[in-house]
Amino acid sequence: MAAISKSLGTVVTVPLAWLARIIDYPLRWWQIRTGQGGMAAVFLFPNLAIFGVFVIVPLVLNFLYSTTSGTDIFLPDRTFVGLDQYQRLLSCDDYTRRITCREDQFWTAAGNTLAFVIFQVATMVAVSLITALILNRNIAGRGFFRAVFFFPVLLSPVVVGLIWRWILQRQGLLNLIMVNLGMEPEVWLNDRAYAFTATIGVSVWAHMGFYTLILLAGLQAIPKDLYEAADMDGTPPARVFWRITLPLLGPNLAVVLVLALIKGVQIFDEVYVLTGGGPGTSTLYLTQYIYEVGFASILRNPGLAAAASILMGLVLVVLTLIQLWLSGRKEKAGKR
Amino acid sequence: MKRTMTSFAALAVAMLGTSALAQDPVELRMMWYSDGVEGEVMQDLLDRFEAENPDIDVVLDNVAYQVIQEQLPIQLASGQGPDIARVTNLKEQAVHWLDLRPHVADAAYWDENFGNRFDWMREDGSDAIPGFLTQLTMVGGFANKTLFDQAGVEMPGADGTWDDWVNAAEEVRQSQGTTAAFAIDRSGHRISGPNASFGANYIGEDGMPAPIDDGTMAFVEKLVNWTTEGKQLPDVWVSAAGTTYRSGADDFINAQIPFLYSGSWQVANLSTKIGDAFDWVAIGSPCGPAGCSGLAGGAALVGIKYTEHPEEVARVMDYLGSEPVVREFSERTLFLPAHAGIVETGGLNFQSDDPNVPPALDRFVQASGETLPLADKLPAWKWANAYYGALVSRVSQAMAGEITLDEARMLMDEDIADVVANAQ
Repeated sequence: MAAISKSLGTVVTVPLAWLARIIDYPLRWWQIRTGQGGMAAVFLFPNLAIFGVFVIVPLVLNFLYSTTSGTDIFLPDRTFVGLDQYQRLLSCDDYTRRITCREDQFWTAAGNTLAFVIFQVATMVAVSLITALILNRNIAGRGFFRAVFFFPVLLSPVVVGLIWRWILQRQGLLNLIMVNLGMEPEVWLNDRAYAFTATIGVSVWAHMGFYTLILLAGLQAIPKDLYEAADMDGTPPARVFWRITLPLLGPNLAVVLVLALIKGVQIFDEVYVLTGGGPGTSTLYLTQYIYEVGFASILRNPGLAAAASILMGLVLVVLTLIQLWLSGRKEKAGKR
Repeated sequence: MKRTMTSFAALAVAMLGTSALAQDPVELRMMWYSDGVEGEVMQDLLDRFEAENPDIDVVLDNVAYQVIQEQLPIQLASGQGPDIARVTNLKEQAVHWLDLRPHVADAAYWDENFGNRFDWMREDGSDAIPGFLTQLTMVGGFANKTLFDQAGVEMPGADGTWDDWVNAAEEVRQSQGTTAAFAIDRSGHRISGPNASFGANYIGEDGMPAPIDDGTMAFVEKLVNWTTEGKQLPDVWVSAAGTTYRSGADDFINAQIPFLYSGSWQVANLSTKIGDAFDWVAIGSPCGPAGCSGLAGGAALVGIKYTEHPEEVARVMDYLGSEPVVREFSERTLFLPAHAGIVETGGLNFQSDDPNVPPALDRFVQASGETLPLADKLPAWKWANAYYGALVSRVSQAMAGEITLDEARMLMDEDIADVVANAQ
């Protein structure tokens, strides 16, 4: 056995040693010429190149598309229109009435997304926190329940959308159960309020496992002696929660909040499969609007879709900056 | 050792020589969608073609209709795509079709048998041979005869109006407890025949889109009212945003609605899935004040001009467009052929034991002679899709109560104007 592992080790290490010798000379030469800064650039280059090709270049291209009009795909074939697409997206005769906006469906989608984010994030944080608090207790089958709550995170969003569509549609499982219980069936996905609530519920169900895990990690990092001291002092559980658990979980909660916000703004796939944006446009969110305008619709307009995605990107940049700031605070708090 | 090396070298040279002589067949990709059994029939036909033409390998890529509608246009716009595709958006994408005229064996045969529909799928003023219609379709209705009989409701006759049909279907709904009285597919194309029957005109004198007129609004208003009253199944139109296509066929097949307005391409689908569960009939198009019009259309098989093998594409198209193959395809798929020679000689032996099928196909053939002038022009009109898209998107919003009919009318005009401006 030892002989096998030794020969395996030789097989792996010998080529690596040869590779190290080959690149050793040029790296030394580069280090002598450029110093430490130059070496850092060498090691950063592969990552930067990948980031540049797959993020920066598409971002720049997207912006360029947003300054053009027409149905052609290739940029040189398109007509430069400056900021007209942005003007078209943002211009309204009366900002209190979406119908007077040049792109009324953009405003509808933006309004729907805002409402979705507010309700979904609040529900997501609350449900994830409650679940994490329960799973942090010494209950029977804790490992099983942790797996159960995390399982939907592993599912494809399309599968999530289909599962819930089969449950909520007119001849779906939920109505079957209701009818068997002697209740009147409901047309869940044709009612504006139900459909909107369903998109929130389904997305919370699909993603809460991930946020629960973050909060669970935060809960387990809280020193046990604080709870023991509170217990010895006879502090009521509610006070323990508000004075110990919640403040010490603060940085994790902040990260969960911002990540859920970003994910909420980007919501698309499971809702697209579940409701298709309906009834009417009551669950039409920004990403679906961009998809429809850019690709799916007979009324296709790639320039307008690009401009809308740039505007949505700006919102996401602000949210990401907040997340980075909060993560920085968490790191500093950890060092203290 | 030396002898072994020499043997290996000789073997390698022999293998190289063999592979050079036996060329790999040219691979062609055909993007295909199916409403019924036509994918299986096409695969069978292609297998036979490949047996006769071992130098060509046709790979049939079966995809969802949504892929044809949403992904293929992006591929085409970027100069890519399959070698051959089955499409329904014929005119708007005509710039991407391969002109088969220099490649087919007998261009006169194509002109004679398929030429009367080439303008549906080529640019205005072009003499290209872009492909052929795999089927001629006619929009029209189906009624669940069993449900009507059980309810004791008589079906309106040949001159039955839309109101007659919806009211009769509503009586059936109340009697039999179906979910709704009827459904029309969620498609601007589908409601354009009825719009024409109510006096609509989409095309301006200059060939550009005309403003939404009272004829269009007359039928749209009825449709919206029927939906809000629960007569039309809201699941089809209301429960989606944008221009997403949805069919009411599954609800008809599941006997949830006694009346479906869809089209001739559903005949095989209904026959296969309904079987002997209930009797159904094709009813043509109900009437409006201006006529009883459906809308002709079709799915076409076209060569894509970005193919690297135009000669091989033309050979496949020559085979699939030949009279015996078109005849067999139509007989097995229960599609109406668009081949002038076959239509003229007739005698199609549609392969179905279902007694509902022959009268249904006959009714659609009859309905194709009842279309109004607008309906005849739309398949070859460049801006038809702009109109269809605006209709679907805004009428759905009106049905959902988000906008009024007047607002829908204004927004449809704006949407159409935007498409025209963006395309020019």
